[in-house]
Amino acid sequence: MVRRSEKAINTLVIIPAYNEELALPDVLGSLAAREDLDVVVVDDGSSDRTSRVAAEGGATVVTLPFNLGIGGALRCGFRYAVRSGYERAVQFDADGQHDVAALRAILAPLDDGADLVIGSRVTDGAGAYAVGRARGSAMGMLRRVVKLLSGRTIMDTSSGFRAFSRPMLEYFARTYPYEYMESVEALLSAMNAGFEVIEVPVVMHSRTAGEASTVRFRLVYHYLRVMLMLVVKMRRRRPREAT
Amino acid sequence: MIALFAAASPVADGGMSTRAHVAITLITLAGLVFVIRMVRRSQLRSKYTVLWLAASMTIVVLVLFPNLLARLSRLLGIYYPPATFLAIAVGVLFLVAVQFSWELSRSEERIRVLAEEVALLRERVEAVSGESDPTTDPDVSSSG
Repeated sequence: MVRRSEKAINTLVIIPAYNEELALPDVLGSLAAREDLDVVVVDDGSSDRTSRVAAEGGATVVTLPFNLGIGGALRCGFRYAVRSGYERAVQFDADGQHDVAALRAILAPLDDGADLVIGSRVTDGAGAYAVGRARGSAMGMLRRVVKLLSGRTIMDTSSGFRAFSRPMLEYFARTYPYEYMESVEALLSAMNAGFEVIEVPVVMHSRTAGEASTVRFRLVYHYLRVMLMLVVKMRRRRPREAT
Repeated sequence: MIALFAAASPVADGGMSTRAHVAITLITLAGLVFVIRMVRRSQLRSKYTVLWLAASMTIVVLVLFPNLLARLSRLLGIYYPPATFLAIAVGVLFLVAVQFSWELSRSEERIRVLAEEVALLRERVEAVSGESDPTTDPDVSSSG
């Protein structure tokens, strides 16, 4: 793995991966075609060969000693990005949902001053991706709560396809939430702190391998927990800290 | 016979039967001994030691001198002395539980930060030592 200091690459692709040895090779293969990107795979305490597969695929591998959940793996990725000096980063799924072709669309708004760009799978313009009913209604409710708390309409509040500016990375390297459905909390926390949030439509694929991490029963519990957390936490407005 | 009689006749101070009094005294002393044993084996940090020793001692004093509880109850305008004890106990235990939740949250956060730091340092070390291939790690290769 060529480190950033040797090549003038300022964009990092962060792939949190938990037991994704099957899907990871294709994802890394598709990213390898892009020479202007560095890739780090954060192995979230996998019990399979995720780390080995990631290294063979040419990515830098950061291996967590035990499972921290998607939020913990992401925060670790953000720390890595900040310390290695990247100017921007993209969160990319290990399971093949996200399209390399969409990277340009999601990175472009950063040049216009956006701090957090959300690749949305349900805004018009996107196709291909069908959402189940339970998940669909949960997404609708989260959308309404975000609207209520921030005044902004974000169509896909839980998208895992996002781009981050350097200040956003520094903020999230310290504060990124790690409990389930962390993306919604992170979204509101970013808006509260005064970061510029933008949503762009992207096409997403069905998962190529592995299982979706959302089981319906758990979904309801976590969904209620997130609601409670959002309402309790977002009352206090934090000033944006100097970075 | 004597024991039955003792159990049936309420003792003047605190309205407790002798049998209950003895039982509670023994249980409380057992609790105190348990705490002291844990302290001696250094299984408790000293701040918890202070907390539980103070709690145990308070109960011992109240058991030995039930009049204190009765007097405190009169002072607070509570007619039923055990209610005073229970109210205080619930209050103290609530505070302790909240404090523990806070400490647990903080500990988990610290463990998470450490885990992330370990992962990042390990990546650096392997890069520097030229062993960037994680398959060289015994516990990873054994699972694959």
